[in-house]
Amino acid sequence: MSINGKAYVAGVYEHPTRRAVDKSLAQLHAESALGALADAGLGKDDIDGYFCAGDAPGLGALSMADYLGLRLRHIDTTECGGSSYILHVGHAAEAIALGKCSVALITLAGRPRAEGMATGTAPRNYGSTSPDVAFEFPFGPTVVNMYAMCANRHMYEYGTTSEQLAWIKVAASHHAQHNPDAVLKNVVTVEEVVNSPMISDPLHRLDCCVISDGGGAIIVTSPEVARSLDRPLVRVRGAGEAPKHQMGGTIDLTYSGARWSGATAFEEAGVKPADMKYVSIYDSFTITVLMQLEDLGFCEKGQGGRLVSDGNLISGVGALPFNTDGGGLCNNHPANRGGLTKVVEAVRQLRGEAHPAVQVANCDLALAHGTGGSLGTRHGAATVILERE
Amino acid sequence: MASRTFPSPVPDPDTEAFWQAAKDGTLMIGSCRNCGEKHYYPRSVCPHCGSGDVTLVASSGTGEIYSWSVLRRADPPYAIAYVTLDDGPTMMTNIVDCDLDTLAIGQRVELVFSPTEDEDGPPVPTFRPAAP
Repeated sequence: MSINGKAYVAGVYEHPTRRAVDKSLAQLHAESALGALADAGLGKDDIDGYFCAGDAPGLGALSMADYLGLRLRHIDTTECGGSSYILHVGHAAEAIALGKCSVALITLAGRPRAEGMATGTAPRNYGSTSPDVAFEFPFGPTVVNMYAMCANRHMYEYGTTSEQLAWIKVAASHHAQHNPDAVLKNVVTVEEVVNSPMISDPLHRLDCCVISDGGGAIIVTSPEVARSLDRPLVRVRGAGEAPKHQMGGTIDLTYSGARWSGATAFEEAGVKPADMKYVSIYDSFTITVLMQLEDLGFCEKGQGGRLVSDGNLISGVGALPFNTDGGGLCNNHPANRGGLTKVVEAVRQLRGEAHPAVQVANCDLALAHGTGGSLGTRHGAATVILERE
Repeated sequence: MASRTFPSPVPDPDTEAFWQAAKDGTLMIGSCRNCGEKHYYPRSVCPHCGSGDVTLVASSGTGEIYSWSVLRRADPPYAIAYVTLDDGPTMMTNIVDCDLDTLAIGQRVELVFSPTEDEDGPPVPTFRPAAP
């Protein structure tokens, strides 16, 4: 059994806030939900499935179902870090295909800026019952130094350079200049990226994504519901998910779980990387994009540096337009979780609703991919392939 | 040069023997009696073959840097690393007693336990550049 063609993305919404001192966490989830419902042309009472992850308040789906007054027959709180919402699109399609629900709501929200969180540079302790904590937390693993170790090893094995990584930020900045909501709207150069302060070798400040409050939501529906709405039809063609971890100490930091989740999604969709007109790629750091593009099969392993250079990721310039909203690197990384906005921009592209300056011509097939958790320790990879009918 | 203070790990029934050995100055790694493979971090089940017949064996405490990064924004800056032990597994650690500007992948390192902040807390396995 396949989900190919069994579900449609009918509504998407990216909350415009980037700093939400005046809003509660539940409120941000709710405003995002209402935004996606309005986009789809549906109402609250149409929702019969709800999906959320670790950023949701309280008891997750239970607390948000209560807050929103939802009557549900399907809930899924699969937590996979920032890629959860891409994975939820696949899970929602599965549930819809099985008749467990017909209108699925996925929400994300968070306010790390309002709460003054040291997102990238402070070690996070997931609690003493997490079996890895005693063997890792004392050594100060942070978001940035773990991704930095991946970059360092990739450079060592494949000769990848800081200048090549910088091209990824440059491309994102070219897109973000057209997004009035973007945190960073200025176009930057390779020189500016590699000359920005070193945060954790070899990653510079401009290799890192922004820190932002905000949220977003996605509505996935059955084909029948989607066809009853006055919106372009965006079909789910394939999905894949895969955790990658330390494999008992046989650690290899040069590849991600995209190797597996991507293969699964492409097989289900019956398409190949070269068929993609647009890609949304999780961009917590520049190195994240480079490794995932390799692992998804957009180039040979180790050739990512060449793939991303010379503007190849810039819409209208290169062959592989990516993250045309400016991505996490320049636009928005709500709740330190960039997966949901990846789906949002892919849907905008497929509908022809991206900013005209970055809209990809004849964009009928797109991919959204994310890495949740940490590329340097354990993460969940999630891939979804979407098609405009 | 100032060095960072290490938070104390909290032993649990799964890892008590590992941390007791650390107090005695020995780095232990997981070893499977069924498949013969080593693993890290130590645990109650072999992550390679799934057998519960696992034990701890002493590591030689020597190896090389698999990857590293100096968090320049920390005060004081410190070097996190993965070290591949000569015994097999790769483990997360810090490189200490070193020039933070000369670390390199492939560099030979040797075990040195670093004390942790709680008075009764076990020391943690860190590494320093190997003596030439």
